[in-house]
Amino acid sequence: MSDVSDRIDRLVKNNDIVLFMKGTALFPQCGFSSRAVAILDHLGVRFETVDVLQDAEIRQGIKDYSDWPTVPQLYVKGEFLGGSDIMMEMFEAGELQRLLEEKQVARA
Amino acid sequence: MAMAADQIESLIREGIPDARVEIVDLAGDGDHYEARVVAESFRGLPLVRQHQRVYQALGGRMGTELHALKLSTAAPE
Repeated sequence: MSDVSDRIDRLVKNNDIVLFMKGTALFPQCGFSSRAVAILDHLGVRFETVDVLQDAEIRQGIKDYSDWPTVPQLYVKGEFLGGSDIMMEMFEAGELQRLLEEKQVARA
Repeated sequence: MAMAADQIESLIREGIPDARVEIVDLAGDGDHYEARVVAESFRGLPLVRQHQRVYQALGGRMGTELHALKLSTAAPE
């Protein structure tokens, strides 16, 4: 395993929820990332963010790691859930709330 | 760089032969699209796998040539 996928591996396994995004939770740098943060905030869960704009290695590495071409990307308990479209669709259907409860993630 | 709607549609159809594809140009600027893709071969796949199949059909253009593509996928009802 390469260094970067090792780093990503540790991030997604050591945190209940990790959002790889552009910018930070307070200052998202892209509309899709901003929407992803808003959903997680609304659900009241604790989540780590990784700003890919500050880390070129992860910016490319996360695309390979997840086999997913864009950011944001959401991981819950080590499992890749998808990008902001999937988050929104699951949220609107009540499925994201259900999944986070099932996985017993930490609350904010 | 932008892509034409019919180019996106034909790439998805080539990659997913059983797909029904609908493309909406969201902003009228040739750069922000929504794609709705319905395919029998999606049945039973989690959303993340369905979206991955569309991205694979687009062959690396997503996130480069194609900046914003809102995606919704499903199996036929």
